[in-house]
Amino acid sequence: MLLGLSALSFIVIFGIFILAWRRDRSRKVRLRLFLIGGGLVFPLVLLTIATVYGVALGERITGARTSPSLTVEARAERWHWQFTRQTGRGSVTRPNVLHIPAGRTVEVIVTSSDVIHSFWVPRLAGKIDAIPGMRNRILLRADIPGRYNGVCAEFCGTGHTAMNFSVVAHDADGWAAHDKDVLP
Amino acid sequence: MKALRLHAELDAVWRTPRTWKGILTNVNHSDLGLRFMIAATVYFAIGGVLAMLIRAQLATPRSAFVGPEIFNQLFTMHGSLMMFMFAIPFFEGLAMYMLPKLLGSRDLAFPRLSAFGWWCYLFGGFILIVAMVLGLAPDGGWFMYTPLASKTYTPGINADVWLLGITFVEISAVCASIELTVSILKLRAPGMSLGRMPIFAWYILVTALMMVIGFPPLILASTLLEVERAFGWPFFDPTRGGHPLLWQHLFWLFGHPEVYIIFLPAAGVVSTVLPVMVRHPLIGYGWVVGSILALGFFSFGLWVHHMFATGIPHLALAFFSAASALVAVPTVVQIFAWLATMWAGRPQMRLPMLYISGFFFIFLLGGLTGVMLAMVPFNWQVHDTAFVTAHLHYVLIGGFIFPMMAGLYYWLPRLTGRMSHPLLGRLGFWLTFVGFNLTFLVMHLTGLLGMPRRVYTYDAGMGWDWPNLISSLGSFVLTIGFAAALIDIVLAVAFGRRSPRNPWRASTLEWALPTPVPSYNLASLPQVETSDPLDRRHDLAAALAVGDGYLGRVRSGLRETTGVAIASGRLSEIVVLPGNSWLPIVTAAVTGCFFLAMLFGFYWLAPVALIAVIVLAWHWAGSLGSRADLGPIDAGRGERAPAHHEMKEAPGWWGSVFALTADATFFMSLLFGYAFLATVAPGWPPPSLVEPSLLAGGTLVAATLLAWWAERAGFAAMQAGMARRARLGLGIALAAVTVALAALIAFGWLGLPSPRIHAYGAVVWVLVAYGGVHLVIALVMLAFVWRRLLQGYVSPARLLEPRIANLWLRYAVVANLIMLVVVSLPGIASWRW
Ligand code: HEM
Ligand SMILES: [Cu+2]
Ligand SMILES: [Cu+2]
Repeated sequence: MLLGLSALSFIVIFGIFILAWRRDRSRKVRLRLFLIGGGLVFPLVLLTIATVYGVALGERITGARTSPSLTVEARAERWHWQFTRQTGRGSVTRPNVLHIPAGRTVEVIVTSSDVIHSFWVPRLAGKIDAIPGMRNRILLRADIPGRYNGVCAEFCGTGHTAMNFSVVAHDADGWAAHDKDVLP
Repeated sequence: MKALRLHAELDAVWRTPRTWKGILTNVNHSDLGLRFMIAATVYFAIGGVLAMLIRAQLATPRSAFVGPEIFNQLFTMHGSLMMFMFAIPFFEGLAMYMLPKLLGSRDLAFPRLSAFGWWCYLFGGFILIVAMVLGLAPDGGWFMYTPLASKTYTPGINADVWLLGITFVEISAVCASIELTVSILKLRAPGMSLGRMPIFAWYILVTALMMVIGFPPLILASTLLEVERAFGWPFFDPTRGGHPLLWQHLFWLFGHPEVYIIFLPAAGVVSTVLPVMVRHPLIGYGWVVGSILALGFFSFGLWVHHMFATGIPHLALAFFSAASALVAVPTVVQIFAWLATMWAGRPQMRLPMLYISGFFFIFLLGGLTGVMLAMVPFNWQVHDTAFVTAHLHYVLIGGFIFPMMAGLYYWLPRLTGRMSHPLLGRLGFWLTFVGFNLTFLVMHLTGLLGMPRRVYTYDAGMGWDWPNLISSLGSFVLTIGFAAALIDIVLAVAFGRRSPRNPWRASTLEWALPTPVPSYNLASLPQVETSDPLDRRHDLAAALAVGDGYLGRVRSGLRETTGVAIASGRLSEIVVLPGNSWLPIVTAAVTGCFFLAMLFGFYWLAPVALIAVIVLAWHWAGSLGSRADLGPIDAGRGERAPAHHEMKEAPGWWGSVFALTADATFFMSLLFGYAFLATVAPGWPPPSLVEPSLLAGGTLVAATLLAWWAERAGFAAMQAGMARRARLGLGIALAAVTVALAALIAFGWLGLPSPRIHAYGAVVWVLVAYGGVHLVIALVMLAFVWRRLLQGYVSPARLLEPRIANLWLRYAVVANLIMLVVVSLPGIASWRW
């Protein structure tokens, strides 16, 4: 979608640029066509489409209307992650591996104990910064069970490169087993 | 014969001797402009070497070439040098060099300020480079996010080097911005109305205005962070009422306009060079001017798009996303104006045009990825990945370096009087172009494959190996391309074919100057009747050389140029410019002492340096002016005009107006910071509020208002020529400002909470300090006017200095009253005597 619009604009503008080199063309310039048509109408139409699409998609991703089935806290600390899950029987904290049920929407509350980091699982969602003093929120949903890599996406010092984690999405049976495993 | 004699006379007044003294005291805009460009190119080379080291490290997975500590310094220094030490100074230099020539003037409005800016730039750069050689370079990224850059997480001197070194260089940028704004508005050839200005001047005007407003937020941010690091005032510390995002807001409030500040001058080069290359005047001049004004205005409303992932509510993001998309429109208007011009003309593929074609290709792609990044969901996906690195280099290299190369080759005959080698230049272009795309086109893909930016290494098998290797190879081709272009230019300077005076048959005034450029530019200044003066009069250059224009003479050894009414371009005054001086370099060195004192923690030395700066500024202002009313003097061509000291709105007055604009932006950013912390930061309300002292606050209000009134009365007396009453008024104003200062100190002492415990205390103390600094400035200015009055520099006709002092005093009064209200209100319930 975005790529298509971009390609279209590139072809139009660079096309005119190339055509201007032909020697056997008329040199009449229709001012309105260039400045109003090309300069105003053309970008405004394309940009409106892109922006409306982008905002609608963003609304869907932030999921104002979906209620998550599980909430976990992700706390960044130079240079690892702590994932905490509140359950009826107390809280469980695990470093660097986040377990979630597949096919269900999980809410992650992201925060930091020191500097700014950023929570990013490229194949599952966009990124959200982990900022000390703030509790940011992001929704994850893995439809296919498996292991997904996550990274810290905001520069946080010498250990930034190595501040990886992983998300493990379990199918229904696996999730039940995992639950039994971690809960006392 | 007449031309030679005139040359000898003018040169005697304007010349800089070729000695050490001459080099250190030079204030000539051509020399300083060249120095800026050459130094910026050196920094580009250094930044480029750092980029090569980065690419060498990233060429292969798990490379052991450098570790993370060094790598972090590499990319931080690369980004900082390229943005602050290369891009901005380079176009400043170009603008300084070209503008007076394009506008038909003899120099810029404040020659000593240009020189001061140059020395600040040089000394600030030394701080950065020395730190880098010692391995103490900043390592927090070019945008230095807090809390990573705070004392807790960067305990060493590295971050201070950035904050102080860059701020030092920024002083130079702010000086240049005021200098360029006023020069464009006031120092033009008579008859050149705003609508007849060369389009390049419009671009630089908008850019300079953007710098006036854009840099103060960054200077504020750096000051706050340095104060936090040095004295523990917790502006950015979330455990004590600060907020890390305050830094990001202030930084990007500067940082986004910064991108346009870099792009606009380059676009100005395109708008200048392209019409000449296609042999048709620019189509849609008015549209282009309108679109750059719009661009300048809107670019201040976009900063949040650098913060899409910080957890700001989606609705706000949608707003900034739409705004970011919209700002593309003025750029598209310009692109179509260029296309229309090409369409109407007959394009010729000379070397400058080749670079412009490269610009079209690369910048277009960079702009499109920019619009993609403005879409929030896409941004969340690729923010802080190699995709962003690719995008920003498409914009910066495509949108800045390629047009600047076009400009460099276009103006090479102007700068050096020589043409470059046709083949080597083309080779340089093609290597650069291919190398660039090889490096950065692939980097989009690397980013989409999930590779974050600012990582010093990566594991094999993520699919990132090949793209990285290609990028690294490409970057070496790119470097060879730049080197070829550089060699080409150096060879041209040394052995190039001599060029005719106007090799491209351009129509702007800079091509009317002889080569080598005389110290005074033009032996007499033209009357401009059209927007293409050289096209209409081919004999213009010769006529000006024999003194047929304005000011074709020397009056009592003074450097003179024409000043015009801003809009109409009518001749309004004769501006007398200062000659060579030691003041700029000495003042810059003392300013440097201040920064070094802060850097090494000799805090007692810092105020001493500041006092020395005040003393120097006093001398600086004191060495101008006149003790006699001359009335209108002969300006040539049968016209007469007064000297600028006898004008109400002389360049110096406008300079103060824009300096105060920058100052007010600083103040507003500070108020914004206060409001931001109060509404968003955790840990508010603070443990204890201000307990405003009624007596001290009341005295402050009364004393500042008294000062306002007394200065006004004194000024009226000066206008009426009543020196004694004037001295009385000034004396009362001086006493009142002194009382106000004492009251302010008492107010702070009695009622303000400690600045170390909570960000609230820190912010109110900064506000009070801001008020105090301005009272001190007003005090010094009033004292200066008092002294000038005694010495006979002020008369009913010569009121420039009192008028400037008046501006600063009034600003100080208003700022203090606003400050007092803002500081007192929250704790007004707990007032005390
Ligand atoms: C000479 C060719 C250049 C090459 C090969 C190059 C290469 C790079 C690379 C590889 C990075 C990414 C480092 C990382 O995040 O891992 C980078 C960052 C950057 N570059 Fe360049 N660059 C070049 C020229 C420029 C120019 C001309 C500018 C600006 C006018 C510039 C501004 C920046 C900035 C602002 C960053 C971000 C630094 C940071 O993350 O703090 N670069 N460059
Ligand atoms: Cu991190
Ligand atoms: Cu990180």
